[in-house]
Amino acid sequence: MERRELDFAEAVREAIKQEMQRDSRIIIFGEDVGYFGGLFGCTKGLQQEFGEERVRDTPISEAAIIGTAIGAALTGLRPIAEIEFIDFIGCGMDQVFNQLAKMRYMSGGQLKLPVVIRTPCGSRYPIACGAAQHSQCLEAWFIHTPGLKVVIPSTPYDAKGLLISSIRDDDPVLFIEHKFQYYARRQPWIRERYPKLIEYVPQEPYTIPLGKADVKRDGEDVTVIATMMMVHKSLRVSEALEKEGISVEVIDPRTLVPLDKDTIIKSVKKTGRVIIITEENLTGSVASEILSIIVENAFDYLDAPIKRVCAPDVPIPYSPVLEREVIPQEEDIEIAIKQMVGV
Amino acid sequence: MNPNLISNELLIEMYKKMLTIRRFEEKIAQLFAQGLIPGLMHLYIGEEAVAVGACMNLRKDDYVTSTHRGHGHCIAKGGDLKKMMAEILGKATGYCKGKGGSMHIVAPEVGIVCCTGIAGAGIPIAVGVGLSIKLRNTDQVCACFFGDGASNTGAFHEGINLASVWRLPVIFICENNYYAISVPFVKAFNIKDIAVRAQGYGIASAIVDGMDVLAVYEEVKKAVQRARAGMGPTLIECKTYRFRGHHEGDPKMGLMYRSEDELREWMKKDPIVKLKMRLINDGTLSEREINEIEKEIDAKIKEAEEFAINSPYPPLDAVKEDLFIGG
Ligand SMILES: Cc1ncc(C[n+]2csc(CCOP(=O)(O)OP(=O)(O)O)c2C)c(N)n1
Ligand SMILES: [Mg+2]
Repeated sequence: MERRELDFAEAVREAIKQEMQRDSRIIIFGEDVGYFGGLFGCTKGLQQEFGEERVRDTPISEAAIIGTAIGAALTGLRPIAEIEFIDFIGCGMDQVFNQLAKMRYMSGGQLKLPVVIRTPCGSRYPIACGAAQHSQCLEAWFIHTPGLKVVIPSTPYDAKGLLISSIRDDDPVLFIEHKFQYYARRQPWIRERYPKLIEYVPQEPYTIPLGKADVKRDGEDVTVIATMMMVHKSLRVSEALEKEGISVEVIDPRTLVPLDKDTIIKSVKKTGRVIIITEENLTGSVASEILSIIVENAFDYLDAPIKRVCAPDVPIPYSPVLEREVIPQEEDIEIAIKQMVGV
Repeated sequence: MNPNLISNELLIEMYKKMLTIRRFEEKIAQLFAQGLIPGLMHLYIGEEAVAVGACMNLRKDDYVTSTHRGHGHCIAKGGDLKKMMAEILGKATGYCKGKGGSMHIVAPEVGIVCCTGIAGAGIPIAVGVGLSIKLRNTDQVCACFFGDGASNTGAFHEGINLASVWRLPVIFICENNYYAISVPFVKAFNIKDIAVRAQGYGIASAIVDGMDVLAVYEEVKKAVQRARAGMGPTLIECKTYRFRGHHEGDPKMGLMYRSEDELREWMKKDPIVKLKMRLINDGTLSEREINEIEKEIDAKIKEAEEFAINSPYPPLDAVKEDLFIGG
């Protein structure tokens, strides 16, 4: 039998669709989500299948989108709220960090909030330069807010399994989708470069537990911990370096809250060398947090100082030459690895 | 409205401005199709009468807050075509040295102090501009442009209420083009006119045919006079339509979510054609003069295009500059 392959958006869509078929309490809403099927096609066909009651277009009202999800979740529904770009979540941020994240704890565990917020993030260089307000990676804001689970898949297979788990989870989950990952079918060079962006995804529903990292590539010399698009870039660099005799292990944490510290620490103990690669601004980043955890737990095993490869602390500039400079590129990853192993 | 009160010079000026916006945007569409534009483009084609009708009432020292669909505002307020085009191509010679792009072109020297890609975010900022005008005791005003979609944000409601309470010289100009990307007006509002919301905040309001530059001009004129006289803000809803997709690359120019008939009906109301016919029928301009205007504008657009294409990209060091004053 031919193995069917899905791209990232198709995997997301299939997860939502199958879960909505299974559980009539699941509803989904957001800007352009219904009739149009989402700016990136992630909800295409869902309104036709499940109707306008369960698949809703909303006005541009981020606070209301998130607040509505909270109210519905408190009273028996299982909403998926879409924020069109993560950059716009600021308009509804109080609902995220003061309401959604805290309500269960403040209530002494009386309340249950099965809410998923799905939202795209990240740079689309060189497909479409989005500048400072349409290109950000903001996952660090949310790991700093206790009470939210944070999921950041990098591949279609992971996206489907993790999204199903997120939907079935009884706690709030922020499910972040890097938007470059949507483009592999539209632009063939992307698939050529990053082959895992279109891959085998089983038809039947399956779950991947939150809090389980994935070793995307086994290696001996250096551990690369990378997220979202940086997983793909790191894999490509690692393949090339293999020919030069450098063996790189690539770990994708996949979920930031909960974080699979064990898999990370185990790899660090094996290689003694660590590079953390994310697209976020460096200061106060997820990379910084992972670095701290490694220092606290495996300091004695380190053969070299840990490196972070992140965006510098500036907004994303519009001009393609500047955006390219800000977003970590494969050559930055290659240089970091070579420096780390001393070649 | 007595159209005879408007001088021929002003009418011709309006025509030129609207046509400049149209040609500029057509050039952007063409460059985009050729793959020469790196970012997302939200074009103003069809809505030219709103920016031009409004800004014709403004002085150079009056302020504007603009949006993701902002090229028209910038041109209408007197922005430099070359610097705009260069910014859109991501070049060092652009208004923002290539750092802002289409959605963030500010031109403080002509009063454009804010251009944001976050829907509604410019509204409270315009309120702050109004407060500053009031406390500095000048007779400037601020024109705040935003879409129908943006008027469903909290920022709209908080901002307009505050402007009302503090009686600030802000003209809130809602460009109701009936869509927020794919979501049609009727799916996002349970009212027919956004202007009715002014009542809820105790400010003046008006509903205008946004395809008629003179109608926009007249209505904004009254609002500007009130604002300059210290009589507070006005909400003006301009009914308009975008002739292209939400952004360049929107499949089928937006016909995935709106009908061809609807588009065709609105295109019949083309504000530029309307004014041109009037100028010809009145005998204000001859066919030959119209042709000359077109040539003159086309030359300016070409000059801007060549300037932008021949300009260098910013140096990589620019990445770290401009975060704070002095580096
Ligand atoms: C707060 C926020 N939410 C969502 C978006 C995504 N978005 C960009 S433009 C747009 C539609 C804006 O509609 P409207 O205000 O009517 O302006 P128009 O594009 O029609 O000119 C949306 C939803 C955004 N930019 N900001
Ligand atoms: Mg609109």
